[in-house]
Amino acid sequence: MPIWLLNTLEVSINGLMTGVLYSLVALGFVLIFKSSGVFNYAQGVMALFAAQSLVGIQTGQVPFAHLINAITGLHVSRFGFDVPSILAIILTTLVMVVFAWVVVRVIMVRLVNQEPIILFMATIGLAYFMEGFGDLMWGAELKSLDVGLPSGGSFWIEDVTAQWAREGETYWGMYVDTLDIWATVIAVFLVAGLTIFAQYTKAGTAMRAVADDHQAALSVGISLNRIWIMVWSIAGFVALVAGIMWGAKSGVQFSLSLIALKALPVLMLGGFTSIPGAIVGGLIIGMGEKLFEFAIGAPFLGGATENWFAYVLALLFLVFRPQGLFGDKIIERV
Amino acid sequence: MNDMNHDSYVTPDGRTIGPVMMEVQNITLRFGGVVAIKDISFDIREGEIRAIIGPNGAGKSSMLNVINGFYHPQEGGIYFRGEKRGPMKPYQIAQQGIARTFQNIALFKGMSTLDNIMTGRFTHMKAPVWKQALWHGEAEREEIENREVVEKIIDFLEIQAIRKTPVGRLPYGLQKRVELGRALAAEPKLLLLDEPMAGMNVEEKEDMSRFILDVNDEFGTTIALIEHDMGVVMDISDRVVVLDYGRKIGDGTPAEVIANPEVIDAYLGVSHD
Repeated sequence: MPIWLLNTLEVSINGLMTGVLYSLVALGFVLIFKSSGVFNYAQGVMALFAAQSLVGIQTGQVPFAHLINAITGLHVSRFGFDVPSILAIILTTLVMVVFAWVVVRVIMVRLVNQEPIILFMATIGLAYFMEGFGDLMWGAELKSLDVGLPSGGSFWIEDVTAQWAREGETYWGMYVDTLDIWATVIAVFLVAGLTIFAQYTKAGTAMRAVADDHQAALSVGISLNRIWIMVWSIAGFVALVAGIMWGAKSGVQFSLSLIALKALPVLMLGGFTSIPGAIVGGLIIGMGEKLFEFAIGAPFLGGATENWFAYVLALLFLVFRPQGLFGDKIIERV
Repeated sequence: MNDMNHDSYVTPDGRTIGPVMMEVQNITLRFGGVVAIKDISFDIREGEIRAIIGPNGAGKSSMLNVINGFYHPQEGGIYFRGEKRGPMKPYQIAQQGIARTFQNIALFKGMSTLDNIMTGRFTHMKAPVWKQALWHGEAEREEIENREVVEKIIDFLEIQAIRKTPVGRLPYGLQKRVELGRALAAEPKLLLLDEPMAGMNVEEKEDMSRFILDVNDEFGTTIALIEHDMGVVMDISDRVVVLDYGRKIGDGTPAEVIANPEVIDAYLGVSHD
């Protein structure tokens, strides 16, 4: 194979894997949007909070240590033990379930039958609250997250692909991060599970029913609270998975919550109501922005096109296909 | 409750209706300072078609919302099959076997007719989530049973042609019919219909009247309905309760009610000379 083809292939593969991570974040949005008609602005902050909690639990941090110290004059910071990764992930999942319960009890139940825009505003408030609350609980400093997933380039792939080059050309093989490979595998399982759940179970249908009409859902015997708590818990869990992946890549810090912004173009491409859409949208954007940078951005436009490529693509979609690739077309009788 | 409640009852038209199914006792419902319903009592008997009528703002829909659990009255109680009902959520009441339709259609607009009616079967789906996801024996059996019931209802309401159509795309009259179908799918003990014929033309009204009578006749479903069209009410209901400004001003067979001077006053206005 010629080198340019190998390079293109490498860029595409890495793009696809970045796309998987975008998809993970987008998935959290889609789940809540499908089931409550709410665009959950707090999804990114939830990923940050989940990652913070995970690191905090893993390293045995005392929650609210700064607050406790400030009030009581003590100097507590750590319990002095480490929690194994698996146990920490389970505990963090429980934290996210409790979080879901609180959100539904405190916010959602008061907004039954309200306009979507009001629910949206509520989630903006929630996002800012969570941002501060997460820092207060676990501290605002940059933390590194390691749950024992392998990371770094895969030597095996490098060795194998190095032989693909033509005789006489120098080629050192493809760089593919093992963490990305793991992320992809996990994402595939997560998505398969969620899709089956949403399409084929009563709870999944109930979710869609709740999104459509609160009153009607109640009248056929669906408990809004239960469905909402379930959905926010699942979204919390997806946020945790996304938080682990991104946190392991770039550390746990405030900017982690901004990956939510990258999910927006993904949603516009895939459609706000489609789980497969979130996946395909993420892959297209991930691969598209890397390939564009590689083929056009870096050589002709001075680079750094990755920052805006996704948004331009989303804008084009908004103009020509507003419901996205897989979204429900809005039907309204006049 | 006295003994008479446990006996069947023969209407003047010669139809036998069963013992009391639901007794609404001294219900008062207030919204802040506004009294929507004031000290209203009536009963609904097994197998009957019970109409609730009254001018706009009389408290009819509020009454239905109380029965169905959307509103919680400040005073009074509801007895269902002889047992006093505690404070319950609407979904729990639905699980108890009370289904309803809405004045302004409340359907799941993005779903097909079939899926909408299928949601009516929710209270009959008991298989655990993982079995549903894996299409495991018990869930499969349940799904097939539920689907049979739904298909029967689709045939009954003559909506085979639109079974795959998203309901948001259907005309008003058909949406009303789908909504009735969803309520029927629950195989309810008591079916509440909030203005099932509002906004319909004469033919649609005739169709709907026929469906209501057939439901009552074939499935033996007890029905409580709110309706404005007096002609329809007189034709299809066994007994009528009349509300005005949140009070009950009449209760009896259609013939009795229509002869009641207070009811005539409420509908035609009183002359104060």
